[in-house]
Amino acid sequence: MANFSKSNVPQFSVDVYQNEYLPEGGREVNAIVTVTATGGGTVGSAVAAPHLYSPGQGPSAAVAIMVDCSGSMDYPPTKMRNARDATAAAIDTLRDGVHFAVVGGTHVAKEVYPGGGRLAVADATTRDQAKQALRRLSAGGGTAIGTWLRLADRLLSSDDVAIRHGILLTDGRNEHESPEDLRAALDACAGRFTCDARGVGTDWEVKEVTAIASALLGSADIVADPAGLAADFTQMMETAMGKEVADVALRVWTPVGTTIKFVKQVAPTVEELTERRTEAGPRAGDYPTGSWGDESRDYHVCVEVPAANLGQEMLAARVSLVIPQPDGTAQNLGAQGLVRAVWTDDMVASTSINPQVAHYTGQAELAQAIQQGLDLRKSGDMDGATAKLGRAVQLASASGNADTAKLLAKVVDVVDAAAGTVRLKAKVAEADEMTLETRSTKTVRVKK
Amino acid sequence: MSQMPQLSACPSCEWPLESGDRFCGACGYDLSAVPVRPDDNPTIAMNGSPPPPGVPGMGWPVAPAPDGSGTPAAAHRPTDLQSTDSGGHDLPPGTPPLPQSPPPPAPAGSPDSPASGVRFDHPPQPDEYALPDEYTLQAPDPRVASAPPTPPEGTKVCVACRAGRVDHDGYCENCGHAQPRERDHMELDAGPVAAVSDRGLRHHRNEDAFAVGSGTLPDGRPAVLAIVCDGVSSATRPDDASMAASRAASESLLAALPRGAHPQQAMHDAIIAASNAVNALAGEPATAREQGPHQNAPACTFVGAVVTAGLLVVGWVGDSRAYWVPVDRSSPPARLTEDDSWAAQMVAAGLMNEAEAYADERAHAITGWLGADAYELEPHTASFKPDRPGVVVVCTDGLWNYAEAAEDMADVVPLDAAARPLHSAQVLVGHALDGGGHDNVTVAVLPFPAPPMGAGSA
Repeated sequence: MANFSKSNVPQFSVDVYQNEYLPEGGREVNAIVTVTATGGGTVGSAVAAPHLYSPGQGPSAAVAIMVDCSGSMDYPPTKMRNARDATAAAIDTLRDGVHFAVVGGTHVAKEVYPGGGRLAVADATTRDQAKQALRRLSAGGGTAIGTWLRLADRLLSSDDVAIRHGILLTDGRNEHESPEDLRAALDACAGRFTCDARGVGTDWEVKEVTAIASALLGSADIVADPAGLAADFTQMMETAMGKEVADVALRVWTPVGTTIKFVKQVAPTVEELTERRTEAGPRAGDYPTGSWGDESRDYHVCVEVPAANLGQEMLAARVSLVIPQPDGTAQNLGAQGLVRAVWTDDMVASTSINPQVAHYTGQAELAQAIQQGLDLRKSGDMDGATAKLGRAVQLASASGNADTAKLLAKVVDVVDAAAGTVRLKAKVAEADEMTLETRSTKTVRVKK
Repeated sequence: MSQMPQLSACPSCEWPLESGDRFCGACGYDLSAVPVRPDDNPTIAMNGSPPPPGVPGMGWPVAPAPDGSGTPAAAHRPTDLQSTDSGGHDLPPGTPPLPQSPPPPAPAGSPDSPASGVRFDHPPQPDEYALPDEYTLQAPDPRVASAPPTPPEGTKVCVACRAGRVDHDGYCENCGHAQPRERDHMELDAGPVAAVSDRGLRHHRNEDAFAVGSGTLPDGRPAVLAIVCDGVSSATRPDDASMAASRAASESLLAALPRGAHPQQAMHDAIIAASNAVNALAGEPATAREQGPHQNAPACTFVGAVVTAGLLVVGWVGDSRAYWVPVDRSSPPARLTEDDSWAAQMVAAGLMNEAEAYADERAHAITGWLGADAYELEPHTASFKPDRPGVVVVCTDGLWNYAEAAEDMADVVPLDAAARPLHSAQVLVGHALDGGGHDNVTVAVLPFPAPPMGAGSA
């Protein structure tokens, strides 16, 4: 019988791609786990056609927009104006009934709208009031992002909602608090809400922004030209409005004697999850994935199993999706995938590499090569940078990651993409280098 | 159960036991199976008390008392005793021991030692029948299914680590090991014909299948048949292919023979029916488990034999074989089939001699098979009228790799094969496992001539 009361919770499915065959004595099992959430009901269309959407039908959600109001936002003045317009566009994208707040961030965080430690409920009136309040935003002061996040957390938790999301915009370095303060704020907020982070202009620190998005399971990107902010904010809010279920965790069970070498998200971006495991009962652990709309993500799971005799077969890992509950139990989302190990003396079977595993191993190496190459370039090791970025060009070209290849071509002159021969450009626009670094973790899927 | 000897630990898994335990709480080992006591000598003290007076000629061995160190008490075996006749006199030397009961069936589905108790290729010794030294997994005793053993009812304990429960996917919840499947070891004794199939020691599943049966010809004379199929590993779902082919062929033969079809024509039709059954599998979607490197249409080899009172018919496609082994070993044995294989073609074309061809790594590449991607189905059939009694051994390459020449095969087949086909099949499978068990092994043994109905079941 159909369960109409749960129509907004998407159906999750899990597919495992692996070569389960190991040679005699083989111990390492690699698998790509594709998790797909579909059929979340009406929410997708609610974004596309909000007039057809009645409040209360989608999951209850709360969104906090954190806008950088530090002094530098006035240089050039278009930055502040564009930030204001972008926030207004994001507010327009809120569907009716969603709780929201706007936070102005400097070296302290201030509530811009609605104020009083509350959240507003989106409707025509509150949207209007919020946009009026945005006019009062003015630039002046420093940057302490940790304080913004802590205020957003307080506001978002003031109402009982299913999905909590933040949007953070900064244009400068986090100069008015220590990195430890930011780290502590991120640790405090992790798992309480998800957050997309954007850097506008080129005076911000890529690693700070990507660390925020990574810790809070959101996206990171650069908006080099402030004029592009409105479109980006609208798109970010649409994605947020499409989320249907929050706090989903990837639960990985492994048998006795097995070690998990790593668990990482590999699509749409590379995100290392190994260290973020929470123990969940005997031999099982949960890895956070944040909130889900209608989307599909890929995870690379690598486990080391005890060697067994030829002809033996074992389950190396069981992957399922759960929503951990505060009381320690977990709501199981039904889908699960099995990662197997079968020992064989068939060399053809045991030596072939699964195409998905090979592809994402390459994509992870691509992201790493770009980051290392840019770091070496900054530190003046031009030979090392050339080698790493050359390898990145080679990987991007071989895997069909055209977007990353284009970004790389703005930083290096490609002599031979297939061989990975490149020359560093003498002059590189700062925005191009920052774009490449910010988007280095973006991956493409296997061409089917 | 008052005579149950006290064991301090399970002989199978060393789990500490309590008094009165009938089954090991950890592995379910049937403790009553440990001491096999002669039925006519009840109430034996196990602590080394002197033998009861007045029973001449009975020198009971002395068993040490359990010392609490975890070593199970030594068990008496019937062979510890000198055999006597009903009068208490020694049996003349050379008299075979009386088999009190048929040999214990090999424990089904144990991966490590799939056929303990049958892996001997010499005439059975008494102790092998009475008490195989390496019991593996004891089948649960149906009589006590409702008794409360330590694992709750319906829970299966892992055979690999003996600590975890088995989940609904067939894997251990503790160590993750796959549990033995039904097809890992199969035996069937169908009167005059019997077959045994085993996963072998190197493959993770059994992709062989067999079917045996017997029927009656229109003239009332018996007909016995056996079909053996070997799934092609490089194809998808080889285990399904071999199962479908063997079933379809056996059904076809059992329908055709009583109607009076000539056995050779019936065999030809059975191969066609098997082929159709395998081809039909190609249309079915593959399961998620089959996302391995291979994605070919399911395929398998085929060999079958029909034996009547005067006729022996074989049919085959691929490299599974049938051998003729006469009862009188002074007359020569023979291979009855001609492989559809690279090696056989090389030999047939005169390009290599047999030894060279079979030493080549391409030797086992088959040139004919049942399956949707077979180039052209060429069912081979042959009809023989042997002039003396014998047995037909129908087998996959998992056996003949270890006894390729007909003479070698005849050396392995027990002398009483016609009378005890199941035992012979067990011995032959044991021969392959002793040789290394590199492939799945399946053997069917049929006597010639087909014994009349109601006779011949050993």
